[in-house]
Amino acid sequence: MRKQQKFMENFIHGVFLLLGLVTVGCVLLITVYLVLSGIPGIRRIGVFSFLFRSTWESTAKEPVFGILPFILTSIYGTAGAILFGVPIGFLTAVYLAKLAPPKIKAIVESAVSLLAGIPSVVYGLVGMLILVPGIRKLFSVPDGASLLAAIIVLAVMILPSIIKVSVTALEAVPQEYEDASLALGATPIETYFRVSAPAAKSGIAAAVVLGVGRAIGEAMAVMMVSGNVPNMPGLFQSVRFLTTAVASEMSYSSAGSLQRQALFSIALVLYLFILMINAALNFFLKRSKT
Amino acid sequence: MQKDKSVSNSRKAYIGAMKGMMALSVAVTCGLALFLILYVLYKGLPNITWELLSTKPSVLADRIGILPDILNTIYIIIATLLVVLPLGVGAAIYLTEYAANPRLVAGIEYAAETLSGIPSIIYGFVGMMVFAGTLGTSLLAGALTLVIMNLPTIMRTAQESLKTVPQSYREGAFGLGAGKWRVVRTVVLPGCIDGVVTGCILSIGRILGESAALLYTAGFAHVLNGFFAGIRSSGASLTVAMYVYAKDRGEFEIAFAIAAILMMLTLAVNLAAVLVGRYFKKRRSL
Repeated sequence: MRKQQKFMENFIHGVFLLLGLVTVGCVLLITVYLVLSGIPGIRRIGVFSFLFRSTWESTAKEPVFGILPFILTSIYGTAGAILFGVPIGFLTAVYLAKLAPPKIKAIVESAVSLLAGIPSVVYGLVGMLILVPGIRKLFSVPDGASLLAAIIVLAVMILPSIIKVSVTALEAVPQEYEDASLALGATPIETYFRVSAPAAKSGIAAAVVLGVGRAIGEAMAVMMVSGNVPNMPGLFQSVRFLTTAVASEMSYSSAGSLQRQALFSIALVLYLFILMINAALNFFLKRSKT
Repeated sequence: MQKDKSVSNSRKAYIGAMKGMMALSVAVTCGLALFLILYVLYKGLPNITWELLSTKPSVLADRIGILPDILNTIYIIIATLLVVLPLGVGAAIYLTEYAANPRLVAGIEYAAETLSGIPSIIYGFVGMMVFAGTLGTSLLAGALTLVIMNLPTIMRTAQESLKTVPQSYREGAFGLGAGKWRVVRTVVLPGCIDGVVTGCILSIGRILGESAALLYTAGFAHVLNGFFAGIRSSGASLTVAMYVYAKDRGEFEIAFAIAAILMMLTLAVNLAAVLVGRYFKKRRSL
């Protein structure tokens, strides 16, 4: 009886071990897959030519595969989204964490949860029908589908992430810091911005990095509002991001063609960006926990 | 707090400015949420007709119906949950109950964090190659892709609620002579039901809103199917259908109707999460 029980226990232990390893297996699978499918394209095109040439003409007679426009567009778009999203998010977080009375806090937090839950295609739809014509009229440009529209949509989309993580970081600041500041004669507002916020800065940095990760990875909403031309980025230009570059030409590229291999390579570049951003995120999160 | 006369004017200006900016930010945030709900519902609700909800698109009758898309979404949710719950809860159990090697635990948790940071378009891409490549463009391929996307969420919520099971419960069971698996099965698992339910609701919310991962793995067909036939064939979910109707076909009224439905479902899921959270808190404190 005991041996049978022992065997059963070991078996179950093994089953759970396997289940636990599934996550690791998935990460390995994704990484290996992207690397294997992305490397051939980069090899054929040449690393520097791929990453730094500013023209992308995949269907021309003499196709050129430079992804610099996509890289710069993703960087500028993310930077713009951060520029708008972080101040609004941070200030809202300070209010939520320190000043809001419980009832108002509940209302605002549910508004934030709502923003977090809206599907990205809905953001894209609203952007397509309000933001794009709005930009066209407001700035007298021929077509409102532009980098600016994408920046605004991305800023709204990353707002909930920034707010949530910043609130957690601000609430974790030890009460003693704030009490000491108040005892020394600072007003509450001064305390929150000059003592609590700097004390929470690792967590707030983590919030920003999280926002960066979301912005650089967004595809659907951006596809609907940014036009789709592989231009070098300009605020009112129709642009293509790394994400939309992968998505747009996938359907009409033929398997095995250099065009399709180039698309895989773009996915690989995007994935590497994401891994770097995640590493930065982990770094800031670990620092904020000490 | 009394206005202290010893606060200098420049400090007062600073405080006023910060207060103003905070008020503005909060107003912008809430205003955006309010505007989005109202605008989408305003433009979408009038277009939700019984005909829309209960038929499939027909070129002959020149109408668009979203019943197939609704069913596809439901099938995808069911299929995803069926696979991700055992995997995620099992992994969480391993991490909290069985794991001995701290480096392995750290490795698994790091892998889960990495998975949750990968954008959905990359999941769609890899899913298209791996799952749709072997299984064909199908709801099943889409569901398996979504399983990997939601695994970290289920693992995290299950782990958190497993940790709330008091160690004394386990020790009591061990003391009475139960083996580890029996302890897990009878003492620990019932204690983590609330985390699992919360994780389910969160996952359902994410799956409802997911589009990039499904577009390339589940395709965009509009065929009415039962569950087992549907799971093997390609089909559009509500989000994918909305995207195609809006961008490729310019059918904005239909798109807004779907958006309104999605918005209401999102609100419902958020509400469910809050209510379930409250219910389990009550049960716990009894």
